[in-house]
Amino acid sequence: MPINYFLILSAFLFCAGAYGVLARRNSVLVLMSIELMLNAVNLNLVAFSTQVQNVSGQVFALFVITIAAAEVGIGLAIVLLIYRNLRSPDLDRVEQLKG
Amino acid sequence: MLDNVWIIPLIMAVSYLLILFFGRRLPKKGAEIGIVAIGASFILACITAVQWIDKVEGAVGKEGGGHSGLAALGHSVVAAATGAPEIEPVVNGFTWWQNNRVEFVVGSRVDGLVVMMLFVVTLISLLVHVYSTAYMHEDRRFTHYYAALSLFSASMLLLVISANLLQLLVGWELVGLCSFMLIGHWWEEKPNSDAALKAFLTTRTGDVGLMCGVIIVFFAANSFDISVINEYALSPEANHGLLQWASIALMFAIMGKSGQFFLHTWLPDAMAGPTPVSALIHAATMVVAGVYLGLRLYPVFWEGFSIHAGGMNMMAIIGGVTILIGAALAFVQNDIKKVLAYSTISQLGYMVMALGVGAWLGAAFHLFTHAFFKACLFLGAGSISHSATHHSFDMREMGGLRKPMPITFWTFLIGTVALAGIFPFAGFWSKDEILATADQGDFQVFMIVGLVGAAMTAAYMTRCVYLTFFGKYRGHHHPHESTPAITVPLVVLAVLSLVAGLIQSAPFEIKKFQEWFEQVGGLPEEMIVPKFDYGLAAISVSLATLAIGFAAFFFFRREERGALKGLTERNKLAHAGYRFLEKKYYLDDLYEGVIVSSVKGPIARASYWFNMHVIDGVVNGVGRGAARLGRWTYDVFDQDLVDGAVNDIGRETAMAGGGMTKLQSGRLQRYALLLLASVGIIGLAVYIVNIA
Amino acid sequence: MWEQEVAFWIIAVAMALAAIGVVRSDNVVHAALYLVVVLAGSAAQYILLLAEFVAWVQVLIYIGAIVVLFLFGIMLTRAPMREESGKLDNDQRLASAVVSLFLFGVLTVFLVDAFQGDEVKFSDDLVKLGSSANVGESIFREYVIPFEVVSMLLLAALVGAVALARKD
Repeated sequence: MPINYFLILSAFLFCAGAYGVLARRNSVLVLMSIELMLNAVNLNLVAFSTQVQNVSGQVFALFVITIAAAEVGIGLAIVLLIYRNLRSPDLDRVEQLKG
Repeated sequence: MLDNVWIIPLIMAVSYLLILFFGRRLPKKGAEIGIVAIGASFILACITAVQWIDKVEGAVGKEGGGHSGLAALGHSVVAAATGAPEIEPVVNGFTWWQNNRVEFVVGSRVDGLVVMMLFVVTLISLLVHVYSTAYMHEDRRFTHYYAALSLFSASMLLLVISANLLQLLVGWELVGLCSFMLIGHWWEEKPNSDAALKAFLTTRTGDVGLMCGVIIVFFAANSFDISVINEYALSPEANHGLLQWASIALMFAIMGKSGQFFLHTWLPDAMAGPTPVSALIHAATMVVAGVYLGLRLYPVFWEGFSIHAGGMNMMAIIGGVTILIGAALAFVQNDIKKVLAYSTISQLGYMVMALGVGAWLGAAFHLFTHAFFKACLFLGAGSISHSATHHSFDMREMGGLRKPMPITFWTFLIGTVALAGIFPFAGFWSKDEILATADQGDFQVFMIVGLVGAAMTAAYMTRCVYLTFFGKYRGHHHPHESTPAITVPLVVLAVLSLVAGLIQSAPFEIKKFQEWFEQVGGLPEEMIVPKFDYGLAAISVSLATLAIGFAAFFFFRREERGALKGLTERNKLAHAGYRFLEKKYYLDDLYEGVIVSSVKGPIARASYWFNMHVIDGVVNGVGRGAARLGRWTYDVFDQDLVDGAVNDIGRETAMAGGGMTKLQSGRLQRYALLLLASVGIIGLAVYIVNIA
Repeated sequence: MWEQEVAFWIIAVAMALAAIGVVRSDNVVHAALYLVVVLAGSAAQYILLLAEFVAWVQVLIYIGAIVVLFLFGIMLTRAPMREESGKLDNDQRLASAVVSLFLFGVLTVFLVDAFQGDEVKFSDDLVKLGSSANVGESIFREYVIPFEVVSMLLLAALVGAVALARKD
């Protein structure tokens, strides 16, 4: 089975996630899109791990999953903070960096 | 101790945490922890030094006894010249992690240079810790201050003992951070926090060079280990081109950290920090980290800049230029700490120039002696501001302090004389070592630069001493001698400034410094060991004496009558020169005024112009044309309709023009969009370049 | 062999459609459910790749824990369950689509260029490779320090999340 099947599927998931990060207004949805991107990375890691028959890639995928969990925790805390300060979960209200 | 030298930075790191967490609750607010820790470190450093010296002497003894077996270990000309066999550095470490074929090691390395640095850093740090108990008495953030001092000592020691470049990089960044924290210690005042930022960002510019240098060196030698790199650089299969680029990149790091021209502007501003900090960080230890890097990786520079070929190279030129501009700038400062700061720049220039002309030993030795007398001068300046002028460093408010502050005066004077390089003080020996090597190598130009620099140093220090200690007191306080916590460190440093040079005094047949501390494992074999040159020594001393006499004449006799002031005001050329120096060669103006505003100004102006002329023009033009059209066809079209169209067109145009400003929307997702688009474009470009 | 290819394509198409669902849905809760489909699809792909342990961890942590966290987040921010079309997106939708497609194109070109002809070969040995025993051994032998570091990171994230979200 060509490894490219998995890699291109992963690339598609990554770009879909990127689109979500760029185009979504609701911050929870943005976080979900980030999860999509991380998941795409995991798919790559596992596919390569199987191809080269080395378990390291799978261990890395486990680490990524763990860190994704931490990221969601922190991310949702930040979303809550935004919500509390701006009364809205919308990211385009956050523009204090405006030049 | 040679194997367990890592304990020394560890003590300081633990001390940092202890002070941070428990310092406030202790009777002395944490100072006691810091002093005990640094005292212990100092003792351990001394033990390390003694064991190292024992090892060296032992080897020499065996050599003298006819056992030539050890001589086979070292076959360098340097070692042979001193009759000592080469001692291998003691390297310890463990693999932190491993990636395929690259090992990342954490470890310590003990050799002559490290032992010398350990001694200097712990000693000055100890004295500064003691001194600060009086100087920083009842400061707002006393505990924080001591915590930062401990952290600084820990990072500096980590930098010194690291056996590989990655660890060195970590220490390097940490000392930069501590420097930032301590310069901005009184951050409530805007200039202080500005100075801290400036120091941080300027040295960071150089740090990019260090990072690039480390990466290039890694690709050349395939290792981060200092011994391996040095061995590689000296081996015949070394890639000269790569080493050249590595040296240039590392040179940037040295310029940033050691305040070399043209990244030197942060160092005078860094004087905004507390004076003991200036003495420790910005005179004796952190700023010499750059020079230390040069000493550590000397074979890389040796090959990269082709130092053995003689003539000119980037390192020597930058060092030489720095000597002269630093010394010239020191003339026009009214702030005593600024005088000392520019003097430090100039002296660091000596060390870098020494590296550039092949005087490894001279650079190391000057680093050693400079630490003592410059720390002595800085602490002396601190003593004055603490006890005489109420935290002012303006020399116009000093004067006549010789009588009320005898200890400060005498120690400051000894420091000055040592800095000026008068026989037999410390500065004389180290400066002479550098000049003799420059002369006997093929670097006569730089020897002359060094001599001129020495004369200028003597002159500006005379001016400084005159303004501070002679004449009439011009301040409005009651000067008195400082407390023992301040004077004792001064005396210790003054004694060291007096005698430290004698351990490498060729006329007396003492070459202990070379014997003990040049054992670093793998220096270039063709390095020149200078012979003591009485003529050169006489020239340099008499030049310095002449300069002192000339300056003294100028200040003692003429300035009281206002002659100097008259000169710069009467003579246009002299005045222009004075202005030029006073403005620090307009370098700050160049950085802030020209470069920053040339980036900021024209873009802003261009957008403004675009707004005013193009957009408004279009809007107005369209509006005017449409209005005419509207009037023309008033009867045909409804006025509202035309107006509406005009307004719409205007708004559309304005929005199109605003498209440019939309780039700085402050919105995260807009930035992310640009980022991803750029990633795609760059990726595509790389791909196209690769298949083409 | 062909069974695996067929399975791959079925799962892949489902995942791709669900991924589009996540980023295009007008309903926040639906988006979360689409995310579940994508994550479950990934788990299925892992099984296809004989990475058994990772697949179960994926199910347990991603689907079990993270999605639940998301649902909590949706509730706590009182995101409207249903919005009229496009309200959940911002004004750079078109540009985002262009950039994402462009990126996808570039990535595809790269991948095809770099990995053309590389095959994943399945064999019975591979089953052992992804077993929990083997993965566990690797974690606690080769990667024990990163493992400990990650545990510190989780602790820090925990503390950070509490510190951020706490009402003062």
